[in-house]
Amino acid sequence: MTEIALATGPAGGAVLAPRRRFIALRRLAAHRSFQIGLCLVLLLAVAAIFAPVITGIDPSAMKVRLRFKPPSEAFPFGTDSFGRDVLTRVLYGARVSLWIGLVVAVMSGVCGAVIGVLAAQFRRLDAPLMRLMDALMSFPAILLALGITAALGPRMESVIIALTVAYVPAGARIVRASALVVRELDYVQAARIAGASDLRIMFRHILPNSVSPLLVQMTFVFAYSILAEAALSFLGVGVQPPTASWGNIIAEGRDYATEAWWVMLFPGLGISLAALGLNLLGDGLRDVLDPRLKSG
Amino acid sequence: MTASSLVSIEDLTVQFRTDRGWTTAIEGVSFDVAEGDCVGVVGESGSGKSVTALSMLRLHARGTSRFARGSVRYGGQDLLRAPERTLRQIRGRDIAMVFQDPMSSLNPVLTICDQISETLCLHQGVSRAAARQRAIELLDLVRIPDASRRVDEYPHRLSGGMRQRVMIAIAIACRPRLLIADEPTTALDVTIQAQILELLRDLRAELGMAVMLISHDLGVIAEFARRVIVMYAGRIVEDAPVDVLFRAPRHPYTEGLMASMPALEGGAGRLYAIPGRIPDADEPIAGCRFGPRCAHVEAICQAAAPELVAIGATHRVRCTPRTRTSGTS
Repeated sequence: MTEIALATGPAGGAVLAPRRRFIALRRLAAHRSFQIGLCLVLLLAVAAIFAPVITGIDPSAMKVRLRFKPPSEAFPFGTDSFGRDVLTRVLYGARVSLWIGLVVAVMSGVCGAVIGVLAAQFRRLDAPLMRLMDALMSFPAILLALGITAALGPRMESVIIALTVAYVPAGARIVRASALVVRELDYVQAARIAGASDLRIMFRHILPNSVSPLLVQMTFVFAYSILAEAALSFLGVGVQPPTASWGNIIAEGRDYATEAWWVMLFPGLGISLAALGLNLLGDGLRDVLDPRLKSG
Repeated sequence: MTASSLVSIEDLTVQFRTDRGWTTAIEGVSFDVAEGDCVGVVGESGSGKSVTALSMLRLHARGTSRFARGSVRYGGQDLLRAPERTLRQIRGRDIAMVFQDPMSSLNPVLTICDQISETLCLHQGVSRAAARQRAIELLDLVRIPDASRRVDEYPHRLSGGMRQRVMIAIAIACRPRLLIADEPTTALDVTIQAQILELLRDLRAELGMAVMLISHDLGVIAEFARRVIVMYAGRIVEDAPVDVLFRAPRHPYTEGLMASMPALEGGAGRLYAIPGRIPDADEPIAGCRFGPRCAHVEAICQAAAPELVAIGATHRVRCTPRTRTSGTS
């Protein structure tokens, strides 16, 4: 009997982990750029979640006497043209920006997965669905989002909807591509032989085996959405003042960039760090999930 | 046909779409599988063995293949024309299948328990706990040691032989009446092959199911089957009980297959090979499709395609000269 490898060696070549996903997690945890990315993202997320605890100042409270104070002990990031604390606004802005990024990544991921699997499984739906995706993809994402937010009115919800629509096609293509491979594998045929229905095959057998590239894509969509939201807010069709988002803090600081550089610098740093962290996270995820790097 | 036949295949003809139109993959395949029978189907790669098996459950790609003629009768129904719903109930419950490559036949993201339970839940509506218990029993039945621990593992932790056992466990989960095993041992090494064949044989006796074993390995067929169907270029060329076929094959192709088996003793002489190669499905050949490779080819062979003729109660051969002279030679 060919007994499977019960790894015992101290080198731990094959780790005795009870489940496959734990192995993936272990490899992720050991991945350097994933570690850095995760730290950055967690740091920002914690800062956003605990914003009220960290500052205790109302982000909209104006103190006209304290306009344009440079960074100091009282105001680590300085104050803006209305005398509002920039640190507080950056922290509250992080809540809005990260929330938009997260929701867009999840929604576009879910929609993309469903559309992609449907297109792969039902060949008759393939052409219409994918041509629709192509049509959406043919617009630059930011332009499409700009149009949709303009039509829906400048609100946070419309930014989320617009960016979701803009990023669904990429996800759908990715899932369709891997689902087309997976649906031809023996275990899908085996499920059909066992009497499974199309829906069951799609969502139990094909989808779980096709989503790992989508997970990577979702981390990048998360980063792109933060950037895109900043751009939309900067252009004035995104999140509206006085609600702070990284984009509209920068937009408000633009007119005083030469006198009060700190108003633009800190939300800009937030965007950069979030984008950097998510990209590193995505790289790590890709390295671990890429089937070409997987052994057996 | 006969009262005891479980599945009755009649004139099954399947075509595939190619760039040049429809190509016939198998033509006029007719045979019965009796209750509890043990049929071996043997032939070269591309002779239509797997297509026959998949067609029995209407499992090939929609759109790129079609049934030109024929029927597959099971339980008073024609499976080729039954509604998809009926077919789904029959697949897995009444007729199950095991594939060649155990490495890719299990879903990597589900545990063994999940995959065995799936069949049980689909057809018998058992609870999760009961399904898990049953899964352990099935793993025991296919002789996987330490079943209660193995059942929660993922497929990548199992060796090829173990995975094939799991595939068999899944296949027999609902006690099917027919198990189609499509080259179940080809991807395994020889010692594991023997174990799997022995397992299949025991299970057949234990569960009283019919087994249709597809293989290109005559040794496997000789050891396992009671009746052998030889296929060549999409057609049945000979159908006989295993002892008759191995002792006195009638079709020149079967003779060639027997001659090309290496003998245990007899030195290291050059192995016999049937000259030529299996023709493409749409290659135009007048008359008998084995004609160009046949050592005994006659003018009559090229005049008309030979019919599958019964030369005894249980023996059928597709060869014009051999069936014409049958009984006299």
